[in-house]
Amino acid sequence: MEIYNNHKKLFTAALCFFVLLTFFVAIGPAFTSQNNNAPLPGSKPLNALETEGKAVFIAEGCVACHTQQVRNVDMDKVWGKRPNIAADYANITRTDVWRNTATLMGSERTGPDLTNVGVRQPSNDWHYLHLFNPRSVVAESVMPSYEWLFDIKDYAWPNDVVVNVPDDFKKGITGKIVATHKAVALVAYLRSLKEITLPDGKPVPIFLYGKSDAEKAAAAAPGKGVAAKPEFDGAALYASNCQSCHQENGEGLVGAFPSLKGSKVVLDDNPEVQVTIIMKGYNGRVSEGYGVMPAVGTNNNLKPEEVAAIVNHERSNWGNNSKQVTVDDVKKIIASFGKLETIAAKK
Amino acid sequence: MKLKIYLTIILIGMLLLIPGAATYAADVLKPDPAFNTGACILIGITIFFLLLLLLWLIRLARGLREDEAIYEKYGDKWVFSQINRLDSRQLDQLISRRNSRKKAISKAKSGNNGFTAVMVLLLVLSSLAVHAQAPGENKNILTSPGMIIMLTLIFIPLVVTVFLVALKIRNLAAKTRYRRVKKETRQLADAVDHDDAIYDEIIKRKHALDYRLTNNELAGTIAPEDSKGILLNIDEVHGPRFFASKRKAAHKHQTDPKLVKLIMWYLGSAALWLVLGTTIGEYLGIKFVSPDADHISWLSFGRLRPVHTNMVFWGWSSMAMLGLGYYVVSTVSNTAVYSIKRGYYSLILMNAAIILGSGMLMAGVNNGGGEYREYIWPVMALFAAGIVVSLANYIQTIAQRKTKEIYISNWYIVSAMMFLTVIVTVGYLPFYQNGLGETIIQGYYMHQAVGMWFMFFNLGLVYYFLPQQLNTPIYSYSLGILAFWSQILFYTLIGTHHFIFSSIPWWLQTVAIVGSMGMLIPVFSGTTNFIMTFRGNFNKIGRSYTLPFYIVGILFYFTGSTQGTAEAFRETNLIWHFTDFTTAHSHLTMYGIIAFFLWASIYTIVPRLTGNEPKQGLVGAHFWMAFIGLLFYTIPLMVGGTLKGMSWREGKPFIDSVVLMAPYWLWRAIGGSLMWASHLVFAWNIYVMFSGHKSDPDIRKEVFDELKNVPVNAEI
Repeated sequence: MEIYNNHKKLFTAALCFFVLLTFFVAIGPAFTSQNNNAPLPGSKPLNALETEGKAVFIAEGCVACHTQQVRNVDMDKVWGKRPNIAADYANITRTDVWRNTATLMGSERTGPDLTNVGVRQPSNDWHYLHLFNPRSVVAESVMPSYEWLFDIKDYAWPNDVVVNVPDDFKKGITGKIVATHKAVALVAYLRSLKEITLPDGKPVPIFLYGKSDAEKAAAAAPGKGVAAKPEFDGAALYASNCQSCHQENGEGLVGAFPSLKGSKVVLDDNPEVQVTIIMKGYNGRVSEGYGVMPAVGTNNNLKPEEVAAIVNHERSNWGNNSKQVTVDDVKKIIASFGKLETIAAKK
Repeated sequence: MKLKIYLTIILIGMLLLIPGAATYAADVLKPDPAFNTGACILIGITIFFLLLLLLWLIRLARGLREDEAIYEKYGDKWVFSQINRLDSRQLDQLISRRNSRKKAISKAKSGNNGFTAVMVLLLVLSSLAVHAQAPGENKNILTSPGMIIMLTLIFIPLVVTVFLVALKIRNLAAKTRYRRVKKETRQLADAVDHDDAIYDEIIKRKHALDYRLTNNELAGTIAPEDSKGILLNIDEVHGPRFFASKRKAAHKHQTDPKLVKLIMWYLGSAALWLVLGTTIGEYLGIKFVSPDADHISWLSFGRLRPVHTNMVFWGWSSMAMLGLGYYVVSTVSNTAVYSIKRGYYSLILMNAAIILGSGMLMAGVNNGGGEYREYIWPVMALFAAGIVVSLANYIQTIAQRKTKEIYISNWYIVSAMMFLTVIVTVGYLPFYQNGLGETIIQGYYMHQAVGMWFMFFNLGLVYYFLPQQLNTPIYSYSLGILAFWSQILFYTLIGTHHFIFSSIPWWLQTVAIVGSMGMLIPVFSGTTNFIMTFRGNFNKIGRSYTLPFYIVGILFYFTGSTQGTAEAFRETNLIWHFTDFTTAHSHLTMYGIIAFFLWASIYTIVPRLTGNEPKQGLVGAHFWMAFIGLLFYTIPLMVGGTLKGMSWREGKPFIDSVVLMAPYWLWRAIGGSLMWASHLVFAWNIYVMFSGHKSDPDIRKEVFDELKNVPVNAEI
């Protein structure tokens, strides 16, 4: 054929074909997506400090291991209340003249997804410790240490952020370990990462590929002579929601996160205080140097059944042996919050 | 005749046994379904062995009968027929025996004590078979464990008896045969001593057997005269070698030394970036096992990862491709490269981009997280400029070609260069990249860079080097054309399959999945084309040190690309997306396909350009370490990645998936180390091929050049 003997025709044809397909599959959809998109009401752009933090996040290449996308599949439920939609990324525009837009959606989850990390882990103390050496809070972690985001000082200034690193991870450092401005910015950025509730009336996308009712029933139904696994596994829920601070052995970290082993709250036969702390957070021991506990239960959308499983796990491990709670107890306590709030509102 | 009686009895015995076992089986099978499987297997195996035994006995019987038949058939001439069965030494013995006239008469005695024994055993056997049937009548008891044990206990001696009887029969047959042969041989010896006709026959046979070839029948003793100059590259092997010796490379080609130098610069840079880039990769692999290996910002995982990927992408693979491209484009156009100088401009621009880019990434300056798009635009602009310069150079070379048609290699190579220019431009232009626009472009960019640049260019190289190395034309030009257009059509569509289930439009995800399915067309046609080109030439693999690289490349071209299709489905994406499976896949393809094809091409062409060959053993070491290392690297990651995805789906705590990967990451580091070591060997081989010392053909050429300047009648 003529075209195969004429380099001008052949290469022009190939190029045109490719460019045409490129418009169809890349440039066209990209334009459409960019132009038909607006940030959700209630979302706010990053402030100056958070923007600096994002720059640190980009520079350190965190995206290599951390995604920022909750997919519309059931297994991603743990990373956010709802699947991400295009509007979630509408605020993100070109970083600067030199750098492209950074949606930071990522392609590999060697570490957890960060879409909602601001809600899941709002504790500054935890973040600083974790950045200084991840293994100081999560023993099995393979994340790099970001020691260079911290200074060592003999004396800390009053407004310096001092990090109480456990002795095992100090490696002979004698001075005060102080977070640099970059570390402060990075933590501010991480804490700003929150999924926004969709405005009323906007349909919430569903999570696909969940367990069908039949599968759930099959999992729940007791098998022949085999003890059915409880639907809510306290140990696993504890590992997902509590362990990063209070640790697997329940002993917490001295100077940062209190111990649950032998804790008065956990050993109290009345579960009210324990459930309240899980659902609403706690700042009662800040004076002793411990961090503020976030409202883990509310933030992570835990069901009463899950809270009960966690409470019972805490009450029956590490030498703790206090009265077990039922789901109904937890439901009652949670219901009482509502009443108190309504009373407070009426007043 | 005794034998016939024997055999009938044996066969009847066997026939009695089989129905016995079968009834036994039928009885056991009925009562309890839970018991069935085990019993079925057991009985099945027993019956199978009994049938085997029967077959063996039939064969034995037939053999014995045939021996007898031969004896009867030859009759008087039987002795003559025996002579042909003897070897020269035995004949010698017979002759000398007759000559020394020693006479010894021995009479063969035959007896048969075994018969009675067999009969007794057979009787026992049949009684046992009957015995085995007996419990079967009471079906209700059969299910009780006691009865099962009981039956098994009966079964064991039964099997042992059958075995022993078989042994006995075999021995008996062997003994019979031994006696027969002994008798026959004695008769022969006796006949030789007394019958002159047979003696003459033996002498004749002896002469025939003693004939020996001179071992020079085919070669002769005169050196070959090669009037057409077709005997080249002769490699005679005398004596055993520890390593198989492969064919030496073809003689040095008369390529323009300036072009050779340019190609050497490209390949040298490529080898340097390969060693450096994979050293970094190896270190990253170690960091998964030992995350506290260092706490230095410039060497942290997040910064080094893009340094590794970009360095092996743009440094190693791209540089090697362009260098080889300079050879292929001009060779298949049957013309010289349009401008060598532009080749150097391109080389400098690309190297500058990689040095600058790597430094910046380590310092923490990057474009914002899109994979393979981490260099900021001024750096990537340098790289793209390098590509454009070479693209223009290639096209102008093709424009001045001496052939009418454009060989298919040049389609692929030039298209790849054009497409990369488009891809980089689209990837870096900012106008449509806010919000999700960036993600859509990222999907397009990262996958086109892989498929329309590396894969396309490499296919071009293989379409030239593979037929050339096999010394055979490509199987089908039409399949090549089909693969060319269908790859453009389908590959361009599949980028967004990296973002399945993300918030980019659902229809775009579906298009990507359909495109991934469509990729089977170019992959299958390409693989068919290469394999069919190999057809009839597979024997050459063992004699060549380059062909194994091609074979591995083709193997992974098929498996790696098809794996990509399999990964793109929504169902499989659920398990494999975001896991280490993706890392395994990218290494299977970028390393298994691209790197292996590039090494294949380099080992093919560089010895022809420089006249220096690497040590075959070291090429072998490079091949095996890279190949085995790649398997050690990818298989554990695929297994671990699958387990990780399953653990996520089951809703287990995230940290569990980190813990479960530990052994797989260790294997990855081990495989990675092997791969890395193979690159050091490769770098050494490149050095040997390039090394400053002049090759023999070079020295010869120099002497002849000097001769031109010396007066004809002067003494040298």
